[in-house]
Formats: sequence, C-alpha cells, structure tokens
Amino acid sequence: MRKTPEIPSASMADIAFMLLIFFITATSMDVDSGLERVLPQMPPENQEQDDTPPIKERNVFSVLLDANNRLMVEGELLRVEDLREKAKEFMMNPNNSEHLPETKPTEIPLLGNIDVTKGVISLRNDHGTQYGMYLSVQNELVAAVNELRNEFSTQKFGKKYEDLTSEQKEAIREAIPSRISEAEPKTIGGKK
Amino acid sequence: MSKFRKSGSKETPAISTASLPDIVFMLLFFFMVTTTIRDVSLLVKVKMPTATELTKLEKKSLVSYIYVGPPQKQFVKIYGTEPRIQLNDQFAKVSDIPDYILAERASREEAEIPFMVTSLKVDEFTKMQIVGEIKMELRKAAALHINYSSRKAETVK
Repeated sequence: MRKTPEIPSASMADIAFMLLIFFITATSMDVDSGLERVLPQMPPENQEQDDTPPIKERNVFSVLLDANNRLMVEGELLRVEDLREKAKEFMMNPNNSEHLPETKPTEIPLLGNIDVTKGVISLRNDHGTQYGMYLSVQNELVAAVNELRNEFSTQKFGKKYEDLTSEQKEAIREAIPSRISEAEPKTIGGKK
Repeated sequence: MSKFRKSGSKETPAISTASLPDIVFMLLFFFMVTTTIRDVSLLVKVKMPTATELTKLEKKSLVSYIYVGPPQKQFVKIYGTEPRIQLNDQFAKVSDIPDYILAERASREEAEIPFMVTSLKVDEFTKMQIVGEIKMELRKAAALHINYSSRKAETVK
C-alpha cells in the first residue's frame, strides 16, 4: 500500500492567526451596564377614579425637572450634587421633623421593630428635559437609597448590603423602601 | 577529555515553532468563546450618559435593545437631525415598539420571558418626550423591566 503523503502543517499557524485576528476585531468585551428600573404597571382601562387615600404633603418629596434642565426640589432650586443628601435626609427624618415624612413602626424579621418611612419620592420631568439630566437625577435618587441601605446594613449586620444573604437583603429592603414614583411628564411652556 | 565539553558549534539553536499553532489555537478558542458578535450596526449616534449606580446586564440573550439618538451622518439627508428610534437594523416609530417587544418575546423560551430586560440606549442630549413615549409603549406592552444604559462615571466621590 502506498503511503499517503503528510499534509504540511507549516501553514497551520497562519490560518489560526487569521481566525484569531478576525475574532479579536469582532469581539466586544465591554459588559453592558446601566441603571435598572421597573416601570409601573399599566392601570386597567376601565378603572374608576382610584380610591387610594391621598398622600400627605409631608410624605412627598417632589422633584421637578424643567425644560431648561433646572432642578426644583420641594419648591427650591437645587443643584444635582446636593440632591443625594437632601433625599437621604428626607428618607431618614433623623430629627423627627414636622416637615419630613412620618414613620410607621413595623415588625421586620431579623431586624425587629423598625420605624419605616412613609415617604415617597415623586419625580416629574418636562417633555423638553434632556435625557442626560434626567438620568443623573434618577441616579442620585437611586444612590441615596443605596447609600442608606448600605449604612443601615453596616449598622445592623456589620456588612455591606451586597454581601448580605438574600433574607437579610429582603429585611433591609423592607426597612428602607425605595419608592420612586414618576408622574406623567408635562409640557411647561409652549415650545415642543 | 572532559565529559562536559561542548561539542559542535556554539550557535544557539533556533526556537522550535512547532508549538506555535497550539498556542495560537488556545488564544483563538478563548476569543471564540468570549465573543459576542455585534449583530446590529448603529444607525443612530448614541453617546450614553454617565451614572454611578450601575447594574450589569447578566444574561445578554434576554436583553432587547432600543436605541435612540440623532441619525448618523449618512442618514441626515433622509431622516434629519432629530433623535430617532432604532429597533434591530432599521429606523422605527414609537408605535412599532409593541410589535418589537412581541417579536422579541416570541424568539425566547417561554420560561425566560419574565426575566427579559429592555435596555434603553439613549443619547445624552435627547429630549425626554421621546423617552416618555417609549416608556409608555413599554408599559402598554408589559415590558416593565428596563435598564437605562449608561457608562460608569469616572470620578467617584
């Protein structure tokens, strides 16, 4: 029987290199990340005027964004950098102030009796607001809640929020709720 | 005489390249496994805003993307410079979003549908009106889990 000649493997490296270069250039290694939010459910169409009791003025943290990207919080102009502190103060109400939200003592597993805030952050933007500004405001509000959770979990469990078990996380989430509601945007001023 | 006397010439022998293909193949496999080939070409310019409170999108296969931004240079003549929506490989209207979401759902396993995320890749300078309309459509389509795609802010306080 005749021996079949061996296939030269010298060019193997070149072929592999070619494939390699193709895959290197086609790769996008960057992991997509972003700010995660959950939209509210659409109300059923035949719903009558909802009968939920109106929320008290002191329990609402109103954040308004106008078409010129100005930020108004609780009736005052504010810089984005100061929003986080303000939101944290609102959520915690450290001095039991009259103007800040009420708290409601709640029995939470693992934590015991905790005064849970009734505060709601209400965010309303204009149709003309820039998305970048809107996102940085959202970011600050989420950051405020995250920081509070972190502080609270360090105080209670001696660990950061991310390092907790899922039951502990659940408890912390219940103690410091994240209630950011978005109102229907408005067009203020005629320009669209 | 001595056992250790070097024999032959003093030239250093050439490094064997016989294992080169193996090394390259190893790299190749690494890249092949980690690759996610970009399946859409962007028709709109998207410069994402920065944020600090980021969550990573874990399962890429469960993510549907909506791009919003001003059209790329070559489309300016046809579509103008106002921000437009891009779904898959074409420009779309806000009213196309429910169909897009349904199509995305249909292409996934049924058990995975509750974990689907819609990633909004929106240009920084877009006005909120178009984003508001998109959010409304997503709510109507019950695609409530969204992710505002953003870059990590470099300056951390």
